[in-house]
Amino acid sequence: MSVPQQRPRSASGSPGFLKRSQPRYGEKVIKVLLVAAALVSVLTTVGIVIALVPPTSDFFGEVGLGEFLTGTEWSALFNPPEFGVLPLVGATLLITLIALVVAVPLGLGAAIYLSEYASSRTRTVFKPVLEVLAGIPTVVYGFFALKAITPFLRDNWWFDQPPQIFNALSAGFVMGIMIIPTVASLSEDAMAAVPHALRDGAFALGSSRMQVSTRVVFPAALSGIVAAVVLGISRAIGETMIVAIAAGLRPQLSWNPLEGMQTMTAFIAAAGIGDVPVGSTGYKTIFAVGSLLFVMTLVMNLISIRLVRKYREVYE
Amino acid sequence: MSPTPSLEPDMPPPSDPPGGTRTPQVSYRQARPLAGAVFEVGGLSVFYGDHEAVRDVNLSIGHRQITAMIGPSGCGKSTVLRCFNRMNDLIPHARVAGKIHYHSEDLYGREVDPIEVRRRIGMVFQKPNPFPKSIYDNIAYGPRVGGFKGNLDDLVEETLTHAALWDEVKDKLKTSALALSGGQQQRLCIARTIAVQPEVILMDEPCSALDPIATAKIEDLMEKLAEEFTIIVVTHNMQQAARVSHRTAFFTADVDDKGERHGRLIEYDETSRIFSNPSDNRTEDYISGRFG
Repeated sequence: MSVPQQRPRSASGSPGFLKRSQPRYGEKVIKVLLVAAALVSVLTTVGIVIALVPPTSDFFGEVGLGEFLTGTEWSALFNPPEFGVLPLVGATLLITLIALVVAVPLGLGAAIYLSEYASSRTRTVFKPVLEVLAGIPTVVYGFFALKAITPFLRDNWWFDQPPQIFNALSAGFVMGIMIIPTVASLSEDAMAAVPHALRDGAFALGSSRMQVSTRVVFPAALSGIVAAVVLGISRAIGETMIVAIAAGLRPQLSWNPLEGMQTMTAFIAAAGIGDVPVGSTGYKTIFAVGSLLFVMTLVMNLISIRLVRKYREVYE
Repeated sequence: MSPTPSLEPDMPPPSDPPGGTRTPQVSYRQARPLAGAVFEVGGLSVFYGDHEAVRDVNLSIGHRQITAMIGPSGCGKSTVLRCFNRMNDLIPHARVAGKIHYHSEDLYGREVDPIEVRRRIGMVFQKPNPFPKSIYDNIAYGPRVGGFKGNLDDLVEETLTHAALWDEVKDKLKTSALALSGGQQQRLCIARTIAVQPEVILMDEPCSALDPIATAKIEDLMEKLAEEFTIIVVTHNMQQAARVSHRTAFFTADVDDKGERHGRLIEYDETSRIFSNPSDNRTEDYISGRFG
């Protein structure tokens, strides 16, 4: 077999022999396509914000901001309408809190197990299974809460008042189960990225595995873990189907998780698929609640970025 | 092994020429007899899965002496070192056979707790690996996980002074250890190790990521620490072994007919003998630079 002979490129030539010999149009096309791909999501976000503004400002032309933010009665689509958003906000916060109480310990526990304790074989089996949980449609979770968790709680209640058919507890609990994979998987990624040299150093100083996990790996992975939890919170706040099905649609300001209540998202969904005339105050209410939801998520993200900057341990 | 660019800021010129360029010392450190050895190693083999990475190592480690382990890459010297504080336990499929006795206690005995072992036998690694915490918290880490009850501030100061680092860091104890230079980080790691008050310090090529000036400082520190601690150091730098150690173990690797490498201890003796009059040709070839 003969080696294909390549003639050496001539080292000299006419002036300008280093110029590009062929035009490369492909490169430009690709770049334009990639920029377009990146822009789609940014523009969509901007578009949603822009779309929220006019109806929201119209709404506040009709209903005072103070009345909206401090009122404790919500009956926007009924007569006489009341526009106090606190019952919706309260329900959202309460159910999100319940979800976090479930998801943070279980999610972080799973993450620490997978990253620090499990053998690599266990990990390769376990992690995909966990992530399948994230692929279950939320409507399924909703019915699981309504038809399995709630009846179970009502049948096995040890205290005086059993939960109502629609209640925040089941919704929050199942929502917590739903966000475990998000919290666990992203936290595990963050912990697995902590250099092995740090673990070796900690083990060599006589740490137990738990001490290595909680005192060295966890703080070093904190920014990723907080990001995971924040993403979980965002999913919980924005989750609609579970709360609409399992927590009910009755707005009321209550911190009792055994009662039914309507969250902001559940109101938007219910009002959105209802027969609210376009342009009416009720219609604008949807946008006002949507804007508030957006602002809440944004503020939470900003706070968590601050927290992470303050407490994380940068290892590289 | 190329020295990294100097990371040590504001350094006064060292009193003697830095590490790599020092002329080999003629006077070697005097080894004391091995009676009352800290470690007795007999027929030690280490397996990674089915592969026997180190085969049949026999040696004794002297109390409050520096033992150097030298040899070409892949000869198993780091693997042997990691047996002394059971760090190999952390590697899946690693298995140790043979005997390692620590003060006549079987280090791999059924009831031995590796955590207890590592509190008595500390380790410093090749690449400085301070925790991404403050200088203070790096030192305080070991005592804290060990349930230290006394005054941490005093312990931190004492330890840093001991490691000849106090004057350099006393005004920035709360700043991140990662802001230190590479050499300072490594001395911090040594300080962190002695804060647990171990008896033995294992060092796995502690200077290989450092420049000659930082290396010289670590070597000075090692000599000082050898008055109180038993030190075993793995090194690629033969001058370093010759300069700091009392005894030297020379390892190399045999290649069997299947092409697998098995680390072997070839010769173990007082450093002066190994470097002036080795009894094995392979040792002589290695230290005179003919292979490895």
